[in-house]
This record gives sequence, C-alpha cells and structure tokens, in this order.
Amino acid sequence: MSAKVDARGLSCPQPVLMTLNEIKTGKTSEVEILVDTETSKENVSRAATSQGWKVTDVSEEGDEHKITIKRK
Amino acid sequence: MRLKNVFATRWGIIGVGLFIGVFAALLQKLGNPGNMGICVACFERDIAGALGLHRAGVVQYIRPEIIGFVMGSLIAAYLFKEFRPRLGSAPIVRFVLGAFAMIGALVFLGCPWRAALRLAGGDGNAILGLLGLISGIWIGTLFLRKGFTLGRAQATHAAAGWMLPLIMLGFLVLLIAFPQIEGQNRSGVLFYSLRGPGAMHAPFFISLGTGLAVGFLAQRSRFCTMGAIRDFILFRQTHLLLGFIALVAAAFVTNLIVGQFHPGFKAQPVAHAMHIWNFAGMVLAGLAFALAGGCPGRQLFLSGEGDGDAAVFVMGMIVGAGFAHNFGLASSPRGVGPYGIEAVIIGLIVCLFIGFTMRKRSNA
Repeated sequence: MSAKVDARGLSCPQPVLMTLNEIKTGKTSEVEILVDTETSKENVSRAATSQGWKVTDVSEEGDEHKITIKRK
Repeated sequence: MRLKNVFATRWGIIGVGLFIGVFAALLQKLGNPGNMGICVACFERDIAGALGLHRAGVVQYIRPEIIGFVMGSLIAAYLFKEFRPRLGSAPIVRFVLGAFAMIGALVFLGCPWRAALRLAGGDGNAILGLLGLISGIWIGTLFLRKGFTLGRAQATHAAAGWMLPLIMLGFLVLLIAFPQIEGQNRSGVLFYSLRGPGAMHAPFFISLGTGLAVGFLAQRSRFCTMGAIRDFILFRQTHLLLGFIALVAAAFVTNLIVGQFHPGFKAQPVAHAMHIWNFAGMVLAGLAFALAGGCPGRQLFLSGEGDGDAAVFVMGMIVGAGFAHNFGLASSPRGVGPYGIEAVIIGLIVCLFIGFTMRKRSNA
C-alpha cells in the first residue's frame, strides 16, 4: 500500500517538505505525490532522488501531476 | 512543447546565474546605479516613486527591467504550457509580507539580488546584509518545519492570472506615453528623478530587453535567491544555491573587467555602514520572503506564470515602498531613516505573529 501526499496548491517548499516527511516515516516504500505545477514536480523528483529514492512514474491529468516514487 | 527542461538541470541554473550576474554588472556600466544593475526592491520602489506613491525625488523611475521580468516569464510560461492561473493562498497575508519585506530591504538598501551585486562590487556592508538574510530565512525554515503554511491556491480564470502582467503593460504604456523631459521632474502623470539613483538608468531598450531575457530564463530555471539559501538550510540541497553563487561570481568577474570593483565599507554607492541595521533589515526581509515562498524576483516570475498570490506580494512591496519613503523608514547613504528602526521591529513582530499563528490543521 503506497502512501499519498497531496501537495496541490501549496507554495515552495511545502511539497518537498511533505514528501521528505513521508519518506522519513520509514513506513512505506512507495509514495504517490500530487502536485499542480511543473516546479513542484521538478523539486519533488529532485528531492526524492537525492534521498536515494527512484521516480518510477509521472502521470499528468489536466493541470495535475502524480509522481510515484519508490525506495531503491 | 514538452521538451526536457534543460534550465532545471544543474548546469541550467548555473548558466542562468552567470547570465544574470554578467548582465546586471553591464547594466551598471550602461547607466544603472552603482551595485544596482538589478535590484528588485529598489526598482519597485522607483516605480512607486514614478507613480507618485511616495515623493522621494531621488528614486522615481518606471524601471523597464521589472516589466521585463514579468513579461519574460509570461512568454516562457505560455511557450512551455506552464501558464497556470491560480490564487487564494492567504492573499492579504502575502500583501503584508510584501510590504514588510520591502521595508526591511530598504533599511538595508537592497533586496537579495542587490546584496549579491553589492558583494560582487566590493561593498563590505553587503556581508552584514547577507548574514541578516540568511538569519531571516533560517527563522522562516523553523516555522516551515513546524508546519507553517499559507494554505492552498486554487485554479482560477486566465484573466485573473493576467492581472499583474496587465498592470506591468500599463506601466510600460505610461512610460512610453509620458517619456522623460530633459530637466523636468514630471511628464504627464509620471514623476522623474533629476538626480540620485532614480536619475541613473541604462537605455530603455537595453533595460527592457535584459529584463525580458532574465524573466524568461528565470521562469524556466525557477531561479530564486531566497530559495537558494532556504533549500540549503532545510534540505542541504545546493541546486538553487549554485545559481546564486554563479550570479555573484559572474558579477564579480565582470566588475573586475569593467573597473567596477571597489572593496571597502565606506562611501559605497547607495549604501550605509550601520552594521546592526544592515543586518536587521535583511533579517526582516529574509523572514518575509521565506514565509511567502520566494525572493522578490521569484515573486515577479511566479506572477508571470499566473500566480495571483505572488502578484499580491508584488503589490504589497510597491505599496510598502510608498510607506517606507513617506514615513521615513527607508535608509539613505547617511544612515537609517528617522523611523526605520521602529519599522524593522514592528515588521519582525508581525512576521513572527504570522509564523506562529498560521500552522497546518490536520486535515488541511
């Protein structure tokens, strides 16, 4: 079961903070993050990668991006 | 266009920082005030003066760079399908943060961009300003870690996203309709400085062109001077920081080449040497920028992508500049203004109040 983070509409750096907080709980090896700007998508992907996680999927629906990251 | 965004890479952000550093220094060579090739706070303050929102005669000019920042970002956002009209994340709070960010910046005499350019020009007082900036941002990160949030923005009408770009176009129309008349401090509805920093500017098309280029590049790269420091403190991430350092390095080298590097603390252009207030002014500005999620430049670039909350922050800065000069809060080369110290203290109290009270609720 993957964890979900809804960071739509939030300013920097909250999407990244929320993602890292979820990673740090250590409870899950997969997180789905919803964001609504390209900037947040890039920032979340960069932060996850720097934590040794892998971006496995990015899907777009309208203005929303769903980023799926997995522990390597 | 759905190409990979090369500007969001490490070399992309470094390249943008280098571009801004070189062109900011060159703008000084071409007429902009000393160590003020680009200063978002100072230039918005000059715009406020040109509109008569304050009557400080030495700082009145519609700066085309600012118009260019917003319009360049808007063009990039449309070209790359990133124009996303949105607003509703505590706009009035952002207005207040913008106003106090401006007041803090004008006590130091520069925003983070100018702090970098002052350092690159040899102004030792910039070190105090940058230390203040880092301290203010650090305080902001403490609030962010505790769950500080201004809430979510919502999607809105495209026209709402166009409001600040349209205001900027309006400024451009005013500047063209009422150009400066030699030796006169008024032209139609606009005020013009006859002396002081407001009377110093690069040629119109060069200022506008550089502004457009910087706006375009900064939108693509997400360049942010506050974010540079914030991300390093919060996440030990150096991505944006590399861009900021590249700006300083490029401006420094360009200054050396064109003979604009003059190290020292005394008699620096548009600067004073009251160390405590250089520091404290930027603590206030840094905290306000951190709580609002972007440096003053970034707020302009976000406005160009349709972010109405960033636009409100910009309007807060312009109005804040009016207060800063009307109330004697802004510094001058002689030192802090008559009420500058009180304003910094009040601003810090207001920012702390905002930081302590606006926390995430569990379901937000």
